[in-house]
Amino acid sequence: MVPDQNEFFMDPNRCIGCQACVQACSECETHKGYSMIHLDYVDRAHSVQTTPVVCLHCDSPTCAEVCPADAIKKTADGVVQTALKPRCIACNNCVLACPFGVPKMKTEFKLMMKCDMCYDRTSEGLKPMCATVCPSQALFFGTRQEIELLRPRSVATNQFRFGEQTITTKVNMMLPKFGKAEYVDVTAAMSERSSGKTISLNILDGMYDEEQSQ
Amino acid sequence: MAQAPENTSEFRQAFGPHAVYASGVRLETGIEPDKLIKTHCCFCGQQCGIQLKIKDNEVIGFEPWEEFPFNRGMLCPKGVKRYLQGSHPDRLLHAYQRDPTSESGFRELAYNQAIALVASEIQRIQSTHGNDAFGVLTGASLTTEKAYLIGKFARMCLKTANIDYNGRLCMVSAGAANKKAFGIDRAANPWSDILKSEVVWISGANIAECAPITTNYVWQAREYGAKIIVVDPRITPIARTCDLFLPVKPGRDIALFNGIVHLMIENNWLDHDFITKHTVGFEAVVEHVHEWNPNKTAEVTGISERAIRQAAEWWGQAKSSFLLHARGIEHHSHGVQNCLGAINMVLASGRIGRESCGYATITGQANGQGGREHGQKCDQLPGMRDISNPEHRAYIAGVWGITPEELPQAGVDAYEMFRLIERGEIRGLLSICFNPKVSLPDNSFVARCLEKLEFYVAIDFFLNETAEHADIVLPGSLQEEDEGVVTQIEGRVIKINKAVEPPGDAKQDWRVIQDIAKALEREKGFTFSGPREIFDELRIASKGGIADYSGITYEKIEKQYGVFWPCPSEDHPGTPRLFEAESSNPIAKGSGPFYFTDGKARFNVAPYTPPAEDTDAEYPLMLTTGRVVSQFLSGTQTRRIGPLVDQYPEPLIEIHPQLAQKLGIANGDLTTVESRRGDITLPAMVVTTIRPDTVFVPYHWPGRKSINQLTISAQDPISKIPEYKVCAVRVRKTTGNGS
Repeated sequence: MVPDQNEFFMDPNRCIGCQACVQACSECETHKGYSMIHLDYVDRAHSVQTTPVVCLHCDSPTCAEVCPADAIKKTADGVVQTALKPRCIACNNCVLACPFGVPKMKTEFKLMMKCDMCYDRTSEGLKPMCATVCPSQALFFGTRQEIELLRPRSVATNQFRFGEQTITTKVNMMLPKFGKAEYVDVTAAMSERSSGKTISLNILDGMYDEEQSQ
Repeated sequence: MAQAPENTSEFRQAFGPHAVYASGVRLETGIEPDKLIKTHCCFCGQQCGIQLKIKDNEVIGFEPWEEFPFNRGMLCPKGVKRYLQGSHPDRLLHAYQRDPTSESGFRELAYNQAIALVASEIQRIQSTHGNDAFGVLTGASLTTEKAYLIGKFARMCLKTANIDYNGRLCMVSAGAANKKAFGIDRAANPWSDILKSEVVWISGANIAECAPITTNYVWQAREYGAKIIVVDPRITPIARTCDLFLPVKPGRDIALFNGIVHLMIENNWLDHDFITKHTVGFEAVVEHVHEWNPNKTAEVTGISERAIRQAAEWWGQAKSSFLLHARGIEHHSHGVQNCLGAINMVLASGRIGRESCGYATITGQANGQGGREHGQKCDQLPGMRDISNPEHRAYIAGVWGITPEELPQAGVDAYEMFRLIERGEIRGLLSICFNPKVSLPDNSFVARCLEKLEFYVAIDFFLNETAEHADIVLPGSLQEEDEGVVTQIEGRVIKINKAVEPPGDAKQDWRVIQDIAKALEREKGFTFSGPREIFDELRIASKGGIADYSGITYEKIEKQYGVFWPCPSEDHPGTPRLFEAESSNPIAKGSGPFYFTDGKARFNVAPYTPPAEDTDAEYPLMLTTGRVVSQFLSGTQTRRIGPLVDQYPEPLIEIHPQLAQKLGIANGDLTTVESRRGDITLPAMVVTTIRPDTVFVPYHWPGRKSINQLTISAQDPISKIPEYKVCAVRVRKTTGNGS
């Protein structure tokens, strides 16, 4: 069992894109040689911002709900596991359905594999590999008291809204304490958008403009 | 003539580089390791604690070492995959002799035969051309024991003045400036002092990629309310979430520091009490920075006046602060002046020598600190002693059992050694832990010089690009095959522990050095039975010096998770924080906390000069170079570790879209950058995170992918560090096939 007080917190604001988590994930006993973490640039042309995604371990996992073979199981302590090999039919339903894009289809094994929060480690009271090594602690594993003390500017949430669906997860996401939750509408990303915020870092552009305007 | 062999498939097959992935036992699950060895990462100056998993004399993986206080289990991707350098197909298992008739360019040789050949060539060259005609090039990734031994070997056994090391490309500007200002060259504070400081100022340090674990210290400070100021021509990952980003034009850092001190004076953001009591030379600085008003500072640095004023206000009014810098301000033909400018900001604030009030350069290599203290630098003797100081010479000569007259005088810096090779003054070379053909600037010159050598012997574990020129290659040891101490980023002396035995004929480097001494029939002083004995002599050699290790023991290091030097006696706990008001040191003898006879720190006037090669109509852009997180230095190790190669397979040219558009370059286009020394063709990476007047290329690759074909060999007149961080180039979209 993963001890109750130990929780996972993701804080993408801190991510430096170093891939220590990706590299360490492939050292995990349950899926050696394969990394289950997703780490991507948000928009490298304009920012070095990267974001790591581990499985959030939903209370009602969409991946398991859509699985026609009932291959995806959750442990009693709430960790959603890689599909059971004898059951998985490699149909990709889970890959398509997961709102966070977590499951990976390993076609060479005809098996869906995913982050299991290093169950071999966490069930023995250790931290997951990724959160242990993460140099910026964008991935943090510890108690709620610890994170509150270490991150006074942020607040943890484990509720995510996708359209009309609200998902509650075991893994927490750190958000700025003083901003309010923003619900991004799909139209914000459409080419003919009339509203919605663009988030980009154009300090250097600004610097250059200022120089030219002088 | 030491010419590199043809790049045949046989040569590549034998020596690589092959990118290796986990396989066999390293991929199996449920393997119970024979032992877990608590040691440290082999790469950067942070020296993160790590546990290596050993099975049948092979490193099969790692386990985080969460008790080690600096990194608490944290590792960057290099640390995670470092275990893959062991049992590597490219590993040198034998001695080799260059053989143009062999398909691979080399033939295997019995180790003893190779040693005998090395000794006879050393004797031949030295008896014909003098002792100084044989040079030694070393490195700051060696343990302190090895660094000490090889310094002693050059001076006492080879009797040559010409020894220098690759810290010349790394720590020397900061080291020289620290000695001028503080009288001692070490990070002034432990990293824990970063956590509660009000302002963290980071100049020219790509912390997230080059010292990744330090990121957590900086961002933890931010969580507690610190303002983070980052000065860099690029928005690096640490800059992305800083509170104020100052996009400095490469090579203009002094102007910024002078401009900040100007505003501190104008607004009376000064610690007058500290300046009076603990420093000398402030008046001259006041006079000098008078002209550096915000308008002029903005004009020279390319940073907006508003941003400069904001930075000065935060820095000036802070109650506590930590200033960090790295190669970004140090790799310049005025690198020492840059560091002195930064130190002036610290001294004027009075925020040093107290909790949460700190200053440090971020060392680059594993033993960047310890490797520069104990005598492999051309002008230095153990204990940070000065080779031109008669008292220092007498003391070390006494430890070594020779007369001071027998000790050679100072030699020349690593780059100058190549100029001596070109002029025929150095005819023979021994290198270890240094890959100058990749890492020195204007490296086509370096390759030509290597070809001129009459005899070249390289000690290494992989055949690096420089060693390809060697007449004899001796198989040395990987970090995990030996024990010894290194001194990390904070000045903490820590212990590398042996995890496995060297394979084949490979030997620990100290054995190889001693075997050469024996073959030369100059064995006296080179009969150590192991690193512990070498360390015990080093403790004596450092005693009474500034870098005093005499109270440090292997046992104490283990017990305390490292010992901060100076540690002058066995009952002394070590010195995590320098310059505390009531502290004493062997130079000041109680008169004050700084390492001068009056105990006071020195302000130094730091005049601004432009880069050695400024832009012009022909070469209108600036090139700056640096690192990526997944590779390390010249890549000898990291280009052989598959998962790290995949993370950033080849260098890219970072270029701003405004410049790219003007030149008709799209993201991914092959792009050619030319300087007066060479050209390179690589894919462009079009990003808004770099100044539009600057392009960036990382430097970890050899041959036609080496950006050091283009960089300039201009050096700082004091530290002799090369100006890697700025030279003039032109950029165009590549036409044809790019070759």
